[in-house]
Amino acid sequence: MLVLWTDALIYLLVLASLGLVWYLSRQQTMRRPLTKLLSSPVAMATLTLLLCFGLIGLLDSIHFKNTESNGNEAISVLDRACDAMRSHGEKTYSEPFAAYLYSKETITQPDGSTRWDYPRLKHGGADLQNPDTDLMADVITKASLGVVKVVLVLGLLIWLLTKANRRLLWQPPSAKAVWLVLSLVITLTYSLWLLSNDYHVFGTDKVGEDVFYQALKSIRTGLVIGCLTTLVMLPLAIVFGIMAGFFKVWIDDLIQFIYTTLNSIPSVLLIAASILMVQVYMTNHAEDFNNLLVRADMRLLFLCLILGVTSWTGLCRMLRAETLKLREMEYVQAAQALGVKPAMILYRHILPNVMHIVLISVVLDFSSLVLAEAVLSYINIGVDPTTHSWGNMINGARLEMAREPVVWWSLAAAFVFMFSLVLAANLFADSVRDAFDPRREGF
Amino acid sequence: MINYLIRRLLYALPLLMAVNVLTFVLFFVVNSPDDMARMQLGQKRVTEQAIANWKHQHGYDLPLLFNSDEQGAKQLTTTIFYQKSVNLFLFDFGISDSGRNIGADIQQRMWPSLALALPSLIVGLLVNISLALFMVLFRNSYLELGGSVLLVMLMSISSLFYIIGGQFLIGKLLKWVPISGYDSGWSAIKFLMLPVMISVVAGIGSGVRWYRSLFLEEVEKDYVRTARAKGLSETQVLFKHVLQNAMIPILTGVVVVLPLLFMGSLIMESFFSIPGLGSYTIDAINRQDFAIVRSMVFLGSVLYIAGLLLTDISYTLVDPRVRLS
Repeated sequence: MLVLWTDALIYLLVLASLGLVWYLSRQQTMRRPLTKLLSSPVAMATLTLLLCFGLIGLLDSIHFKNTESNGNEAISVLDRACDAMRSHGEKTYSEPFAAYLYSKETITQPDGSTRWDYPRLKHGGADLQNPDTDLMADVITKASLGVVKVVLVLGLLIWLLTKANRRLLWQPPSAKAVWLVLSLVITLTYSLWLLSNDYHVFGTDKVGEDVFYQALKSIRTGLVIGCLTTLVMLPLAIVFGIMAGFFKVWIDDLIQFIYTTLNSIPSVLLIAASILMVQVYMTNHAEDFNNLLVRADMRLLFLCLILGVTSWTGLCRMLRAETLKLREMEYVQAAQALGVKPAMILYRHILPNVMHIVLISVVLDFSSLVLAEAVLSYINIGVDPTTHSWGNMINGARLEMAREPVVWWSLAAAFVFMFSLVLAANLFADSVRDAFDPRREGF
Repeated sequence: MINYLIRRLLYALPLLMAVNVLTFVLFFVVNSPDDMARMQLGQKRVTEQAIANWKHQHGYDLPLLFNSDEQGAKQLTTTIFYQKSVNLFLFDFGISDSGRNIGADIQQRMWPSLALALPSLIVGLLVNISLALFMVLFRNSYLELGGSVLLVMLMSISSLFYIIGGQFLIGKLLKWVPISGYDSGWSAIKFLMLPVMISVVAGIGSGVRWYRSLFLEEVEKDYVRTARAKGLSETQVLFKHVLQNAMIPILTGVVVVLPLLFMGSLIMESFFSIPGLGSYTIDAINRQDFAIVRSMVFLGSVLYIAGLLLTDISYTLVDPRVRLS
């Protein structure tokens, strides 16, 4: 087992979110919005999808040393599961479900003569005798085999349940949506995984790496950026925001000054400047970052830190405004009159009452951070070029749109994965806002 | 009014100083000029002489804050802080690491940026507001439900895909306009049409949602009920009363970004190779030209703070309820 820095923080984050769920479920005031959230089919379906993404990301965060190659290369559980995709490299581009390479080359035939044609792929559809005619049928057989297997297993599971249990599973108002999404995701993942043993489901990229594998690996990067940034930003925003609103006078002035200053620098430029400085630091301290993996990991961590530092100001301002309102409430003034210490008032009376703002803004920010990663990687100030990320996939593929025929599959894969993650996050964020924002009672 | 303005201006000054100190710390203290020289010269084993040469060439061979070799006021002025950071206040950006005058470059490049950003803003505003009004007009119908689902989907697509898709569809397949490039004068229009269109479409998702929530908030208010009770039709209510009152947050939201339009958009300009300040910044980032990035950080904050000032002024002009206290 090998724990990278981001891995450790991800474990911490999982623990923290479990703690948050436990805390929220114990709070009397959170009961109503939570039940509202639980009974919304859209919220639960998107949450299921997000959790599936999270599971893949988590599997990709459990690293251990690779025993096969005795270097210091680390592989994750996900890599193990995708061994076939990882090892099935081709020479260069190939289309999804192709049996032939994208570009022509000289092929030496058995009788010694040479021919200028598209060569067969090493792994994609390699066991087919005559790809031109058999490919379609083979793909359909294998895909349906996967679907049938999943359906059989699920059917067996349902059959094993007693009637009472079965009814229990269907009873909650959003249960149907959850089971539908879950079975769809399982079927799709399993069939694609099965197919990827013999084919390149999303084709291969310029150096012949499986695009489906890249897209799967990118999930972790996207989630890390979306979540760890939150972990950086939350303490800053909560502590400063509440303090500024509660203590007023010079603390308020100082904190306002800090965040107005940070806000006034265009965030892309601040990120660019910081990343440039990190790069300078890394080249000058090359001995600390000699391992490629550690280097990429540190850069990812730095990016999260910088994004966190640039993005806490918005939430801080909202929390300050809300605290300003809350501190004039009767119950806070009563607590003050009774001699409760300020720290206790903040913890007991203010914090629980601004929790909904924190929650809403965290889920709202998640999707924009995932989108921001792609843009930053395009400007070369995002993650390390060796890290698998959707931004890097887009960046590598965008120039290939000019080729003839068009190399579209890398973009398509990045699009499908990003779109489903961000759409799920956006829809979930809307539901969370509807459930937790007291002003949206009527909507 | 004048008093108020002066006070706001005085408040902006410490902000600018803080930004200045922050960039100074980021660019000269986190990494010493030696480190930057090593990075720029590229090799691991650079001679001390080469580093000293590079620093002298770019004026980085001075002490950071205090020069004990000089006399009097020169002890403070012949330092990196004074020469590189304080001069920014006078809009003297100095020489870039590749030897060009940054101030002249900025003056030349801000016009193409503006030519792209201003039409994008205006067209985007018109499209977003009309779509939002349309959705509010048909609220509580299937049209609105479908519309909001569509908006969430539009919002979930990365702007990179809008650009790549737009370039591919309109530039390459349909061949209506050139894929990228720029020209001076009026002939720039054919190059600007596609980027403007794409940035408008890319902004629809979040823009319409924002304006829609603004209008919805306004629709619930008492004066709207009165207007309806008076017998005005829903369209009249929306276009005459709601739109006018919602104009205040819309206008102030627009005013704050107006000065920043000069900075241009980073990815748009680099995808369409428009020689504006956005692509200038990207080039500088890729070439690791610290002098340019530093100047752009400062310029960006100056423009943002100018935007805040303009917002304050426009508030007092538009909304008579705001008292200048």
